[in-house]
Amino acid sequence: MLLIPCPCCGEARPELEFRYGGEAHIARPRDPSALNDEQWADFLYMRTNPKGMHYERWRHVHGCGRFFNAVRDTVLDRILMTYKTGEPPPDPATIEAAKEERR
Amino acid sequence: MSKAAFRTATGGRIDRSHPVRFTFDGKSYTGFKGDTLASALLANGVHLMGRSFKYHRPRGLISAGSEEPNALVGVIGANGRETPNLRATQVEIYDGLVAESQNRWPSLAFDANAVNDLFWPLLPAGFYYKTFMGPRFLGATRAWKAIYEPLIRQAAGLGRAPKSPDPDRYANRFTHCDVLVIGGGLAGLSAALAASESGAEVILCDEQAEFGGSLLADTRSRIDGQTAAEWLEKALATLSSRPNVRLLPRTQAFGYYADNFVALQERVTDHIASPSPNLPRERLWQVRAKEVVIATGAIERPLVFPDNDRPGVVLADAARVFVNRYGVRPGNRAVVFTACDTAYEAALALHEAGVDVRLIADLRSAPSGPAVEAVRRAGIKVVGSASIVGTSGRLRVRSVHLGMIDGDGKVVPYEHVDCDLLLMSGGWTPSVHLHSQSRGKVVWNEEAQAFLPGAHVQRERSAGACRGLFGLAAALADGAAAGNDAAEKAGFSPASTASHAVEEMAHAYTGFLGACPHHRDPARVKAFIDFQNDVTAKDLKLATREGFRSIEHVKRFTTTGMATDQGKTSNVNALSIVSDSIAKPLPAVGLTTFRPPYTPVTFGALAGDRRGELFDPVRTTPIHSWAVERGAVFEDVSLWKRARYFPRAGEDMHAAVSRECRTVRASVGLLDASTLGKIEVVGPDAAEFLERMYVNPWKKLQPGRCRYGLLLNEAGYVIDDGVAARIASDRFHVTTTTGGAPRVLAMMEDYLQTEFPELKVWLTSTTEQWAVVAVQGPKAREVLEPLVEGIDLSREAFPHMAMREGHICGVPTRLFRVSFTGELGYEVNVPGDYGRAVWEAIWANVEKVGGCAYGTEAMHVLRAEKGFIIVGQETDGTVTPDDLGLNWAIGKNKPDFVGKRSLTRPDLLKSDRKQLVGLITEDPKTVLEEGAQITREVEPAKGTPALGHVTSAYWSDAAGRSIALALVASGRARVGETLYVPMPDKAIAVTVTSPVFYDPKGERLDG
Repeated sequence: MLLIPCPCCGEARPELEFRYGGEAHIARPRDPSALNDEQWADFLYMRTNPKGMHYERWRHVHGCGRFFNAVRDTVLDRILMTYKTGEPPPDPATIEAAKEERR
Repeated sequence: MSKAAFRTATGGRIDRSHPVRFTFDGKSYTGFKGDTLASALLANGVHLMGRSFKYHRPRGLISAGSEEPNALVGVIGANGRETPNLRATQVEIYDGLVAESQNRWPSLAFDANAVNDLFWPLLPAGFYYKTFMGPRFLGATRAWKAIYEPLIRQAAGLGRAPKSPDPDRYANRFTHCDVLVIGGGLAGLSAALAASESGAEVILCDEQAEFGGSLLADTRSRIDGQTAAEWLEKALATLSSRPNVRLLPRTQAFGYYADNFVALQERVTDHIASPSPNLPRERLWQVRAKEVVIATGAIERPLVFPDNDRPGVVLADAARVFVNRYGVRPGNRAVVFTACDTAYEAALALHEAGVDVRLIADLRSAPSGPAVEAVRRAGIKVVGSASIVGTSGRLRVRSVHLGMIDGDGKVVPYEHVDCDLLLMSGGWTPSVHLHSQSRGKVVWNEEAQAFLPGAHVQRERSAGACRGLFGLAAALADGAAAGNDAAEKAGFSPASTASHAVEEMAHAYTGFLGACPHHRDPARVKAFIDFQNDVTAKDLKLATREGFRSIEHVKRFTTTGMATDQGKTSNVNALSIVSDSIAKPLPAVGLTTFRPPYTPVTFGALAGDRRGELFDPVRTTPIHSWAVERGAVFEDVSLWKRARYFPRAGEDMHAAVSRECRTVRASVGLLDASTLGKIEVVGPDAAEFLERMYVNPWKKLQPGRCRYGLLLNEAGYVIDDGVAARIASDRFHVTTTTGGAPRVLAMMEDYLQTEFPELKVWLTSTTEQWAVVAVQGPKAREVLEPLVEGIDLSREAFPHMAMREGHICGVPTRLFRVSFTGELGYEVNVPGDYGRAVWEAIWANVEKVGGCAYGTEAMHVLRAEKGFIIVGQETDGTVTPDDLGLNWAIGKNKPDFVGKRSLTRPDLLKSDRKQLVGLITEDPKTVLEEGAQITREVEPAKGTPALGHVTSAYWSDAAGRSIALALVASGRARVGETLYVPMPDKAIAVTVTSPVFYDPKGERLDG
């Protein structure tokens, strides 16, 4: 069971308190009608599913109730860092530093 | 009391002043307190403890611990609980223990299925994939299901699954600690002592009843001038005295999960004859440890030689444990077959206990070292370059067949040696299971001839034999270093490590891997690798001959390592044989994945209290008790209990539902609608938010008006519906389906937080805050009017789809005028605490006019008569608003809403999509089956896709016949067409109609 630091509560809490929310940084298009069918299908269904660093959404559903983003290493199944919704994805150097810290 | 024949005169850790009576297969035996079932049976000369999985060969134990593959027994508890597949080596005996052998009929000594052993050539690895193809007329799958599987299930296998519910209680605890030490042998004790000295909170767990590991059977070594037993006693006293240490004996660490989350199974009462009813049988510990020390030791490896599975063939060190720890001689005349020094120490222990050790056959050409010398000094014959090429004896080994390995590696038969005990030792396999489960790498170490822990992923370290450091001195030092390291990483300042003076016999712990050499026809001998799954060296060679190269494939084809012992004694030998036969170095063959649980875990421990009534929460409404008192029959709708119907004397469900429907249409009925999900949507942007979420237009909805809302997912499919009322310009009372409330709220929160954070909106679940009484029927107004204050109920002042606030019975209410029946209808929302009182007040008036209470079943019929959908019944996640004929709900001028873009995807515009229609059967009495398929022809050709399916079907009193709703391809264009619903006996002819069966013009809405 993962330990997940909630960026809103400032506490690492067990996975039981959270719910997974799929890949992060897939913004809903401002004007969906401007998208052709392929582009819309891309938005709806296409996900990166990487081996390694994955930017993903979680919700502290049994805590503060907030959605936030996390970087999880899908090989080690470990949350490397979390950050608030709306913040830009951390760059690789920041993730590496977080990875070192969590080692 | 007669002394058991194989009990030594003195010694061991058993309590000779406490005899214990128990039965095995109905026969009564005596052992001592401190015995396991295995040691007590051995003391009575019983080696035959089980039958093998596939061939039903007689089997005895080979080990003294949790790795035991053969001696699996069933134990019947005082409360009737049967537990199958327990390892006799771990079952502690108590007075009155009842144990039974498994997988045999009629008896353990004579097992009819042992005939499998003769059919052995027909039952090679993978035989079930090839043999049971079955008579052609049945087809392979059906033949398997009908004929072979039941037969094989009956003949193969281990214990029987219990048939009655588990009478025991199980507990579950979460805990945290600084350092978790897994394994209470010398390395683990040393680690726990070191870590706890620094002040760290330490948990030390061990799978055995007693801490100490190898120290428990060590009568020779000395630590700091004390015997192993004395040192152990002091160490445990020290640990017990420290408040920061929790000792958990009988506790198996069975799973190592993410972020140092380790699951432990504690056996709390299985060893007690009459346990306190306050104690659970087992306790699941879910430990989050800052740091973990794995000190799980090593497991002795069997040698793979022909007929190595007879009762009486035992791992050498297990025999030493039986003698030294339990005071039991496992036999009278022993032969030792080894490739490892430690077997010599076992031979000495047996020799000292009075066992006639007749011969030590060593695979190595020139065994040497202190133990070998000591054995020679004791006058025991040692033969190098020797191999055992066979054994005799049916229910117990009677003799061994010795062969000599010549200079070319060829084996020459040499002599037969009579014995009743054969010790074997192929060396030691470090237990890297938990390290591997933690996702740490395991790396082949050429020198140790073993896989050892490599790179770490989590905050854990291994200590002692589980990382290839054998012997007491090494375990003490390595354990202390690991304990200190763990404490330091957890934020403590450990003291420097004290040094210890250890006197012990020095050994090499390496041995032999793979199949031992022999001169016999390999196709005709059985040299077992995996005892529990009856896998032989021949099976593995067959797998590689058939082209399997990946060890994971070999494992699945032969089932080696797949039994409940997960190949603890067999994996490395299997790997070595595969490596030899495909001529690939052993590390390149790789290791199969270690998965939890390390030993089998009961479902009880995993389920804990969450069974029966506590399996899931139960939600009841404020009006629930009234329905119970009236004898309502309930149904589960998500977690809710809902009254399904209210039968009167002599009524079955059909009669009750018919009456309830007729009453609602003729006068009035009351329905408890409190389970409807409710979400209060508040804020200056509330209307804008709903505008974006739902298909409907909301901005122009006036306060005091309601609208039927339809919610799609982004793919354009209907996922929820419900009426929402605008309470004020910045406040909506949104209702959802009973089961959909949490889902809808989560979706709204998601969009609000992540897509539309600029909107000023707040969402609150108010499902439990409001009790809801639906009052439906032509007399609804008459029934409510006398109770309501401040609301004009007249048709003109309070039209359909309006909402008014006021009071009812003095209680504030949000009164909706809505109808899910097609009749004049109201839904009375009052604060939950007043729900029952208001319901009863309305009920009194309802009774006066001859109305009734109705349940969800009548509700379903009444809405189906009107063609109203139920999300989840008429929809299945692939249905659009247009499919349901609900396009009218969509706000035509809205630029966007969730799912809008998808509604113009080509697939959703196809003309042959399945659309909601009504169906009427040729025979009005026939009620269709929900879920039944619909076809164009009476008997469509095989493979013809169905046109659709029946979503709802009821007897309708209002229509005077059966009715049904269905999703049918191009359904609206088929109105009037005859289609068929094929059923097992015959196809039912149906006519496609409009989905509205009653009052199509809606004239009854105003009463």
